[in-house]
Amino acid sequence: MRFCAASDQAMLVYLGEEIGLPAHERVLKLLRLLQKEPPDWVRNLHPAYTSLLVTFDAGRVGHAEVEATLRKLEQRVTATRRPKSRTVEIPVCYGGEFGPDLEEVARIHGRKTSEVIELHTSRTYHAYFLGFAPGFAYLGDVPREIATPRLETPRKKVPRGSVGIAGRQTAVYPFATPGGWRLIGRTPVAVFRRERKPMELISIGDQVKFRPITREEFRKLESA
Amino acid sequence: MSSLVVESPGLLTTVQDLGRPGFGPIGVSPSGAADPVALRLGNLLVGNEAGAAALEMTLLGGRFVFPEGAAIALTGADFGATINAQPVEMWAAHRLLPGTKLTLGPTRNFARSYLAVAGGVQVAPFLGSASTHLLSGLGGYEGRALRKGDVLQIGSVDKKAPERKVSQTVLYLLKPRRVLRVTEGPQIEQFSEEDKQTFFHGTFRVSEASDRMGLRMEGHALVSNLSGEMITEGLPLGAIQVTASGQPIVLFVEQQTAGGYPKIANVIGVDLHRVGQLRPRVEIRFERTSLAVARSLWIEQERLLNSPGQIFI
Repeated sequence: MRFCAASDQAMLVYLGEEIGLPAHERVLKLLRLLQKEPPDWVRNLHPAYTSLLVTFDAGRVGHAEVEATLRKLEQRVTATRRPKSRTVEIPVCYGGEFGPDLEEVARIHGRKTSEVIELHTSRTYHAYFLGFAPGFAYLGDVPREIATPRLETPRKKVPRGSVGIAGRQTAVYPFATPGGWRLIGRTPVAVFRRERKPMELISIGDQVKFRPITREEFRKLESA
Repeated sequence: MSSLVVESPGLLTTVQDLGRPGFGPIGVSPSGAADPVALRLGNLLVGNEAGAAALEMTLLGGRFVFPEGAAIALTGADFGATINAQPVEMWAAHRLLPGTKLTLGPTRNFARSYLAVAGGVQVAPFLGSASTHLLSGLGGYEGRALRKGDVLQIGSVDKKAPERKVSQTVLYLLKPRRVLRVTEGPQIEQFSEEDKQTFFHGTFRVSEASDRMGLRMEGHALVSNLSGEMITEGLPLGAIQVTASGQPIVLFVEQQTAGGYPKIANVIGVDLHRVGQLRPRVEIRFERTSLAVARSLWIEQERLLNSPGQIFI
């Protein structure tokens, strides 16, 4: 456990130094402990791959007290059982207008587009955390065979539902936002909906599978 | 219930309150007023809770009609507000008769002006807040900036707003600054001495491409850490990240909640509301301070804002 003051009202807690399930589990457990018994000075929590950002009410506590409290909690992290995860299946129509970068990704790796789709749908991904935009889940790890760096120039607007790859991460864009990930497909399913409970389709710690669908299925699911 | 009719929305006018902190785990940034101090003072002037919903206007104000009348206050930047061609005093509570038309124009000094109304602007809360989050189209009035013809519900006027204004001393203490005080960011050691010199002593210009998500800085590129690959982590409000092109960006109220660019510094709490008043093209500097100083300034400012007896005359 390593601490770093991120701002005068925020503390970064590093629970590992590399992306992977061991660090993720510690982040998730500390997050759940803080959500279950929130100290009254906690303002917000931002989990990430290997860290948890804790923003606090600087009128009540300083970094030293925050660190002391988190250290005490950490002793319980190892004893806490990992919360149960759900499996979420996401239908995706790959390529064409829905996945404008699919051919480029295939070209970069010297593969057919069908192989890229096969590799992308071949595994169950782990939802490391949500960030960037409401409901945006960072999923990993993408098979090395199709891991592709971000675009050099991000798009000004990525259509909502787009499925992208950035390095060994993959994600669904919940909203039409700017974005630099390589787009290989699109889902007709809403990954964030305010009328739903919970609003986010994918929660931190979930297992996610992508299922290839045809354009007809896309249209049908979209209008459903 | 009374209403507020938008005859002309201005450049970018949204419903804002103090935001929705606490939803980081689902990727929702707090949003909220870009200048929360101006919003709080406006609300207190008209007798509201400090965090009631009000209108935030950007650079150019709108034209609003109050068919049933209202009690209002204008705070933040001076947009040259008038009623029947008569100037309306800023930082003061006013009672408007039914049918009054309030007209605002282009800014005369800073970036954002707030129109607070007694009883608050009534919109359905999203995750406990009335704030508009433009990027995701959530919160506020239909999740978007106001348009001509919108009719917003506001509190009724029978609640008598006290006739008072904010004291000059308080306005002086809270006045905007072009030297933003910052503490060191988590990745400061990844930058060269030269870059640190440039950052803490150079002058930057606020880019036109700045908004509620972030303010982009022009004038100097910080180039020592361009390959600075790092693991994506959570971002506090006011974090100053340096992008792949070397451009510093001050992350603001509608910021992304996580990012993978190194952060050289972070604007301190008491200067965050001042970030909200920076116009495009103004020149600013960053001044290094300590966590201890930042914290005592914060405690002092909060004490002041929570003492109505000291704020108003």
